Formats: sequence, C-alpha cells, structure tokens
Amino acid sequence: MSATTAPLTGDKDNEATETKTDPVSRWADERLGLYKGTKSLIRKVFPDHWSFLLGEIALFSFILILLSGVFLTLWFKPSMTEVEYHGSYYPLNGVSMSEAFASTLNISFDVRAGLLMRQVHHWAALIFIMAIMVHSLRIFFTGAFRKPREINWLIGFTLMILGLLEGFAGYSLPDDLLSGTGLRIASGVVLAIPIVGTYLSYFLFGGDFPGHDFIPRLFTIHVLLVPALIVGLVTAHLILVFVQKHTQWAGPGKTNENVVGLPFMPVYMAKAGGFMFVIFGVVFLLAGLVQINPIWVYGPYTPDQISAGSQPDWYIGFLEGSLRMMPNWEWNLWGHTISFNVLIPSLVVPGILFTGYALWPFFEQWVTGDKREHHILDRPRNRPTRTAIGVAGITFYGVLWLGGGNDLIATHFHLSVEALTWTFRVLVFVGPVIAFWCTKRIALGLQRRDKDKILHGRETGIIKVSLDGEFSEVHEPLSAGERYRLTAHEVQKPLELGPATDENGVPRPGGRGLRLRAKASKAMFSDHVETTVEEYKELEAGHGHH
Amino acid sequence: MTRTSGIGKESSVVNTLSARRRHPLAAFVVLFLALGLIGATYATLGSAKAKAASSAAATPEQLAEGQKLFQSACSSCHGLQAQGVQGSGPSLIGVGAAAVDFQVGTGRMPAMQIGPQVQAKPPVYTQEQIDAMAAYISSLGAGPDVPAADVYTPDLSDQGSVANGGVLFRSNCSQCHNIVGAGGALTDGKFAPPLRQTSEKHIYEAMLTGPQNMPIFGNSVMSPQNKRDIIAYLMHSRTEAGSPGGLDLGSIGPVSEGLFVWTIVLGLLIVIACWIGAHTTKASRARVAHFEATTGKDATNNE
Repeated sequence: MSATTAPLTGDKDNEATETKTDPVSRWADERLGLYKGTKSLIRKVFPDHWSFLLGEIALFSFILILLSGVFLTLWFKPSMTEVEYHGSYYPLNGVSMSEAFASTLNISFDVRAGLLMRQVHHWAALIFIMAIMVHSLRIFFTGAFRKPREINWLIGFTLMILGLLEGFAGYSLPDDLLSGTGLRIASGVVLAIPIVGTYLSYFLFGGDFPGHDFIPRLFTIHVLLVPALIVGLVTAHLILVFVQKHTQWAGPGKTNENVVGLPFMPVYMAKAGGFMFVIFGVVFLLAGLVQINPIWVYGPYTPDQISAGSQPDWYIGFLEGSLRMMPNWEWNLWGHTISFNVLIPSLVVPGILFTGYALWPFFEQWVTGDKREHHILDRPRNRPTRTAIGVAGITFYGVLWLGGGNDLIATHFHLSVEALTWTFRVLVFVGPVIAFWCTKRIALGLQRRDKDKILHGRETGIIKVSLDGEFSEVHEPLSAGERYRLTAHEVQKPLELGPATDENGVPRPGGRGLRLRAKASKAMFSDHVETTVEEYKELEAGHGHH
Repeated sequence: MTRTSGIGKESSVVNTLSARRRHPLAAFVVLFLALGLIGATYATLGSAKAKAASSAAATPEQLAEGQKLFQSACSSCHGLQAQGVQGSGPSLIGVGAAAVDFQVGTGRMPAMQIGPQVQAKPPVYTQEQIDAMAAYISSLGAGPDVPAADVYTPDLSDQGSVANGGVLFRSNCSQCHNIVGAGGALTDGKFAPPLRQTSEKHIYEAMLTGPQNMPIFGNSVMSPQNKRDIIAYLMHSRTEAGSPGGLDLGSIGPVSEGLFVWTIVLGLLIVIACWIGAHTTKASRARVAHFEATTGKDATNNE
C-alpha cells in the first residue's frame, strides 16, 4: 500500500465504521480482515420462530454431553475385571462386581461433583434425543424436508439413529443390573437374526454373553466412534443449513426467494448463545435436583437377578413395548429355530418404521412430481394426508412406547398386565387408522375455517338488530397480511391421467409406474379445500361481511 | 414250677408276638403306634410350648373380645369357626397371630371386596382390638407369633447388616417389589405392593407369613437376622444417604425419568424457546416516531 493512498482508504473505512464498531473489533479487523472473509457467514439472515429453536436444544444438550462425558472418562474404568467393592457406599461393601460398575460407584460417591456430572450427562442425553425427535417432527409436519433439503433430512435421520445407539451404549456401560439386562436383550435380538445371528453375537461379545470383551469395546464405540460420527454429521447438518438458508413461514414480504429475519451476527449469536446457557442451566438444575439412574440400588449385573420395572431409557421404550406385546411365535425348521417372537418386534417393526420415515421425502416427491425448491413452510393443516400419516406414525410409536411400561401402567392404574397387553396388541393396529382419519378430518376442518375467515372475516361477537328485527353478527374483515398468510399455500390436486387412449387411438404414455403414482396422488390429494373462482370474485368485490 | 411256669408264661407272650410279627397287618400296627407316639409327644411338648408362647399374654377377656370381633368382622368370609368358606375366605386355623396382625394392621382385612388382590387401606381397628383378634386366632391353632420389637428392629449403624440386606433384597425381593421396594405388577391384576411406607414390623410379618401372593420366608428358609438385614437395607434406602441425587421420581426406574423429561422438561424448554423466539430486536421508539412523522403512516400497521 502506497503512502499516498493509505490515509485515504483508511479514513474512508474509519468513516464508515466509526459509529458501528467498537475500538477493539476495529483494531482486530484492520489487522486480520476477518469481517470481509466471513461477512456472508456472519450476516446470514435467520427467521424468528420458536419451532426453529428445537434443533438448537439438541445441539446445546449435545455440547453438554460432550463436556460432562469428558469429565466422566477421567474416572470411569471400562473393564470387566472382577473386583470386591469397598467404598463410601457401604450397602454394597464386600459385593463382587466389575471394575466398570465399581468405578461408576466411585464417580457417584467419591469423586467431587461426580454424581452431579453423571446426572448432567444422563439428563442431557435424554433431552438430546427428545429434542432430535421433536425437531425432526417439526421438519416433517411443515414439509421442510422438500427440495433442496432431502440430504439434510437424511443426515438428520442418521443423527437420530446414532443418538439412539449412543444412548443405549451409554446406558449399558456402567454394568449395573439394568445395563446387563438391556445387553442380554440386545444379545438375544442379535441371536434371533437367522443364519448369521449366532456368529454375530459371538463376534460382538467375543464369545458367549456377557464375556469380558464387551464393555471395553462398547466404551470405544461410545466415547470415540459414535461421537466422532455425530460431531461430523452435526457439522455437515449446520453447513447445509447455512448454504441452503433457513425456511420461513409464509407472510407478507416473505417469499420463496428471500429470508426475512435478523442477521446471525450479532442478533442470533446473542439469542442462540443465550439459549445455550439457559439450556445448560436447565440441565444442571435438573441434575442437581432430580435423581437419574441410581445404579447403586440396581447393584452389579449378575445374570440370576432381575428387578421389577426393568426398563430401558425412554428412547428404547418403543422396542421394549413391541417385544412385550409380541405373541410367542417361533418356527423350528430342520433343527433351526426362527424366533419370530424376537425378530419381528425388535428388527422388522423398527426397520419398517425407520425406513418409511427416512424415505418419506422421496416418496412424497415421487407422488407430487414436484421438482421445485421450497423455502416456505407448509402449515400442517394444508397438507392433510401428510399430517395424518405423521400422526398415525406417532400413534403407532406411542402405543409401542406405552407397551414398554405396561407393568407400571398396571400397578399405577390398578389394571391387569394381560388385559393391557391385549389392549395394546389391538391398538397398535387400530390406533393409527383412527388417528389418521381423525387428523385428516381435523385438518380439513381447519382449512374450511381458514377459508371461512378469508371470505367472511373474523366473527366479532357483536350482534346487530336491523330495523326489521333481523339479528346478524358483525364480521370483521381480515387484514391483508393475514389474508395473504392464510392463502399463500398452493392447493395440491390429484394427478389426472386422462383417457387411456387419445382420439386417434394412441395409448397414453407412461406405464405401471405412472398409474401407481396417479393412485397414490389420488389417495393423498383428493380431499382438498380451495377457494373457487366465484368465491374469489366475491372476495375481490369487497363483500367481506354478511 | 412257678419259676418255670413264669418263664413259660413270659415266653408264651414273646412267642405270640414273635409268631405274629410276620402278620400282614403288623407293619401297620407298628406304624400306627409310632405315629401315635410322635403325635402324643408333639401334642404335649411342641404345641404346649407354642401355645404358651402365643397366648402367654392372652387373657380370657381378650380371647372373648377377639372372638366377638372375629364373629362380627371376619366370619362372613372365613366362617364362624374360622374354618374358611369355599370361594370367599381361607381357613384361619393355624395362620398365627403374625398373619392377623399384618392383615388387619395394614388395613387389608377386613376386605372391602373380593378382587384379584386385597388392597391395603387405613386400618379399621385399634391395636388392642387387633391383638385380641390375633390372640383368638392363635388359640385356634399354632402359627407364627407377632415378633417382638427387638426381633424386627434393624440396627442401621451396622453397615454389614445393611450390605447383607441389600444382597438378599436384590436376589429375593426386587424381582417383584422393584429395586427399592416401589412395587411391581404380577399376573392378572395382582401386584407386589410398594414397601416405601410399610413399618418394620409389618415387613417382618409379611416375610414370616407370606400374605396373598408372597412366598413364605420362614425362619428355616431365612433366619431372623437375615430378615432384619433386609429391613435394615430398606430403611437405609429411605434415608438421604441411601438415596442421594435429588428427587427419586417414585424410584420406579427409567419410565418415570422419561415421563418427566417429556412433560416437565420439554414443556419448560418450549416455553423458553417461545420466549426467545418472540423477543427480538425492535426498532427504537425514536426511529418509529421519525418514520411516522416523515411518511405520515402508522408504523404498527403491517399493510
């Protein structure tokens, strides 16, 4: 830089930034040029809505899991070596147990803040997976998975599965009675896989269950492999959010081409940062006040013991339920047992549920044939069939989940476990159908209510008496902005194939696939509420109330 | 002569017995005599001892009072002689005072209705009335007696006792009663009741008498010391030292933790998210005033 031009540019920069930047940032920026390079990143605009913060709950609880997890690794010994316990928790004195369990007791009773950190780790894990699921459902019901976000949907889905695995691995590590019981079920599930099950189980456990290899192996998976995958995928997930910009709700001035909101820096930095510390606060408060997984009362795992109320953490509860409600079916073919009683509930059911969930965006795109980009969110009522399928899925999952706690439901509501199991067996099939039908009706009803509001305005509750003695309610027309918000969506209509042959007798192009697509489209979009031309004219004519 | 005749007489009895020893009924006669001897011994020694212990304090007035209470409160199901009624109540002959003290003391008896399982409720009778009923039932046939306070009162300062109780509880009790006695479900609407509020005496009596679906842990199966250790462990688990880490959410395991996180914690987090989502940077009052002054428009009108 020449001596003559330097003061000029310098003055110009100073003029421009003088009122905006504090001296420290200016000093740093003049020397590092950070602002120029990261401008697009830190000025990225994000829209405001509470439901856009659900993913952040997952992110921040994950940070807390990483931090508390590092603390725990300093004292945890992933070893199945048998030791005799002599520590501060004297009710277990003299009991022989694995080093893994003994070191977890040590963390809980002898390491300063150890119990608090264990509880932080466990509560944060429960919140992490819950937040992932709630966030994922928000994406599903608002159609935020549509192009260009299908890959990010799959990344998010993978993160959810990894979260389940990571959680289950963590639950199994302390080698308490619950851990061992859970692992015994997991080993049973592996054994139930036809042909390769036995080999897989021997491979995983390094011989017969429980063996001596599994806890150290699980430890490596829990603290190294899965966290590394999660960190990598979370990074990719967030990069894609930046690259693809955030979706937004329809509204005046909000289009498919823009994002209306506030810049990442400083507004969202402050908001997200604040939210992070609030979540840290909530988790620490929880960990300080509410006990979680009191391993000392479960005692060390021994295969001959079991306690009533043995359940997995909530996110595995649906598998527990599906296992509990499954009838005891098995086939014995040529000396080989095929255990449908384990295979179906623990592999087939979650397999169908998860595959369907992961592939939904691709299925929907195939049915609609819509290859456009979508950055405006759907209101769930405006996509009745998708919403209804989502609620049916939640109902299916929910019944399985309830089934996992059948014994506790029985004791707390004075019911019989057998009656409950049969109720769940029926509900798991009937419940989703009822839920689908009700949701679809409710969604269509809400659409009609929206339409009524658009055409006739809001009911004010003011009753007028005309000179003739006629009573009528005054309707107040909606504001233009509100009207826009309610009508911004397009009405998806079913695919019409037309006649099989045209007037010249030439068959319609497209084979079985197209016909199948038309069928699916008809099932999904036949029921719709739309504003007709006459109604639109009426609206335009300004008869906003009658 | 006399002597020889004496010998002859004697030998004739022996001979007679000896001659009949291979009689088909001989074995039965011996068995009958042996059983009679044992029964007589037991009746004079064992039963007397048991009776002496159980009804040591039982006065005739108490027995009369107990019988009166029994006939008014219990006999409709258990029969006027406590012999039991098919389909409504078992025989109480030989159940012992401990069973009466447990069943009536925890309010289970008199039962309100016949169901999968009789439920505990606030006791209907005073301890004196229960003692009278127990004395009366005990007088009908020997059974386990109400334990003395020093038999069931645990020594919480004895760490070995608490530790032994923990081992015994986890291997004998927790499969039905859950990890610290929060209770659990059994088949057909039956259940293992929670032990979190149960008194030491009643826990001891339950082990001794095996009420409803519970197995009997008699003194030959589990020594009084072991029973006391289990009570010590349960009492310790109710203290702060036995249950560190905060609210135990009912000590029923991961289900209540999951319920808690999906209701209270998720609710709280969403309230916070709504608060953060709703509060955003706003134009300053000065700017709004300036906008309205220069354009003549209402800044709050979105249109």
